[in-house]
Amino acid sequence: MTSAHAAALDTAGDVEGRSLWQDAWRRLKRNRAALASMIILGVVAAVCLIGPYTLPWPYDAIDWDHVEAMPPNMELGHYLGTDSVGRDLLARTLVGGRVSLMVGVLATMVALFIGVTVGAVAGFVGGRVDQLLMRLVDLLYSVPLTFFVIILMVMFGRNFILMFLAIGAVEWLTMARIVRGQTLSLKSKEFIEAARASGGSTAGIILRHVVPNVLGVVIVYVTLTIPQVILLESFLSFLGLGVQEPFTSWGVLLNEGAAELEVNPQTLIVPAVFMTATLFCFNFLGDGLRDALDPKDR
Amino acid sequence: MSETLLDVKDLKVHYPVRTGGLVIGTYTPLKALDGVSFELKAGETLGVVGESGCGKSTLGRAVLQLLPATGGAVAWLGRALNDLDAKALKAERERMQIVFQDPLASLDPRMTAGDIIAEPLRNYRPHMSKAEMKAKVKDMMGRVGLHSTMINRYPHEFSGGQCQRIGIARAMILDPKLVVCDEPVSALDVSIRAQVVNLLMELQRAMNLAMIFISHDLSIVRHISHRVMVLYLGKTMEIAPRDALYAAPRHPYTQALLSAVPVPDPTIARARPRLALAGELPSPLNPPSGCVFRTRCPRATKVCAEVEPTRAQPGTGHDVWCHHWRESGLETKVAP
Ligand code: SF4
Repeated sequence: MTSAHAAALDTAGDVEGRSLWQDAWRRLKRNRAALASMIILGVVAAVCLIGPYTLPWPYDAIDWDHVEAMPPNMELGHYLGTDSVGRDLLARTLVGGRVSLMVGVLATMVALFIGVTVGAVAGFVGGRVDQLLMRLVDLLYSVPLTFFVIILMVMFGRNFILMFLAIGAVEWLTMARIVRGQTLSLKSKEFIEAARASGGSTAGIILRHVVPNVLGVVIVYVTLTIPQVILLESFLSFLGLGVQEPFTSWGVLLNEGAAELEVNPQTLIVPAVFMTATLFCFNFLGDGLRDALDPKDR
Repeated sequence: MSETLLDVKDLKVHYPVRTGGLVIGTYTPLKALDGVSFELKAGETLGVVGESGCGKSTLGRAVLQLLPATGGAVAWLGRALNDLDAKALKAERERMQIVFQDPLASLDPRMTAGDIIAEPLRNYRPHMSKAEMKAKVKDMMGRVGLHSTMINRYPHEFSGGQCQRIGIARAMILDPKLVVCDEPVSALDVSIRAQVVNLLMELQRAMNLAMIFISHDLSIVRHISHRVMVLYLGKTMEIAPRDALYAAPRHPYTQALLSAVPVPDPTIARARPRLALAGELPSPLNPPSGCVFRTRCPRATKVCAEVEPTRAQPGTGHDVWCHHWRESGLETKVAP
């Protein structure tokens, strides 16, 4: 066949391929729990983002006529009641959700970036570099997380950005280990050798071949890390190290609600429902992704 | 035939293997390849045969510098490859490629056939336009017998034979001068082996390729090779032009291997002596003294255990490493 002939064919009759991602997506769509989780998560995220603008009460406004916790009251516009100082509970829960989700996602992204880079380089380059990086990971593992975050908070003050940086900086350790393990098993595959024989550089091979092939495992781990981080943020808020008043997060709301549980159960129940639903959905989604991305494991 | 492309001299690949010691390990070298020499010209195929674990694959990878050699020299067009830095090596590698054993494992599952075949182009022709690259890939797909409309398909959508054709296309797209084929058909169905071997031979003739064809299948090697090298425990036992080797093998190991090849004609099969190989392959960590083959050799004598055989030349271009090659009765010679 001449190249002119080949060029004439061009894209005309090209058959579309089905990538492994597309396969995984189809399997995921067939998994009801995962699909429902995705939808619920989407709704929660959308409501948290848009919801506060449509409510009659802003999250930080005190209803001066009713400066006390109040059960749901449709006429006044407190659809899910108010907290102990008369602020609208729904608005606060939604705004708190923004914070919690953002911390969860951003901290996980930080963890993802550091973890994948360190893991892939350590696993692929091997030798001394591997030893050095992994001993560093071991070392950081031995530092108690809360202790680390508390020290940071004390040193730099209660800073919102600092919090997710701190959480992300700790969560990457497991990611790095997972990615390293995957990379090691990939490294012995012939297609990596083939890439080298084709003139690929180490960095190029890591980017083109290693990272796309560990991404499946990484995505699963990400969906399981986000809820962990949300919980961690709640825990820190519980200790009083989280976001500051009047700003809020699910953890802060839970903390306040727990104190009021006997008198005003809704102050605990509302944020708790949102948060547990979110955590559950992330876990179901993670399980679904794991099954979809690696059908051999079943 | 023309100039010498590849000149391999006394190539050695030893791995240190930890064999003991609690804190400070004691290491024994595993001699995967221990002093192998050969030359290769353009358009010539060297078949490399031997049992698994004899260093065949190590040889192919060490020649391409995919594995670091611990001794000896590989000269490519007169230039030494051994101690080139990464950049110089990349430049030299442009003309040497490899086809792997496992067709599916040698293709990145996340890339399309087109991307896989184009990968060497992206590395070596960074300025080539997308359209030009695509045309070249499609042309290559046609040459290896793949429908060029399959360019967007993924490896898992192809059969084993087609995957191997993708691997071959990737190896050929830069117009190499040397291709190492590491058991390219042993993972394939018997029914399609011949097609792939014929494709390789066709491409070789068309492109005047030098080829190192590694296999444990002596019939295929006979079909494709001009010269054949027999390896055992990382050492060359015998190297000879194809016809000389198959007609008059001098080394007891070669004779044993050949006698194990099934022959279609039952009368010949019955007439032919069976030289079964006794025992197992010794550990390469602790190879036998003297001749490494002596533990399984039917003709081994005292001298074999004491002295390592040196090269003898029963014919032109025919080298054998055996003390008793003269006695290695040609009664085992079988007309094909
Ligand atoms: S040197 Fe001795 S042991 Fe080795 S192959 Fe020849 S006869 Fe056999």
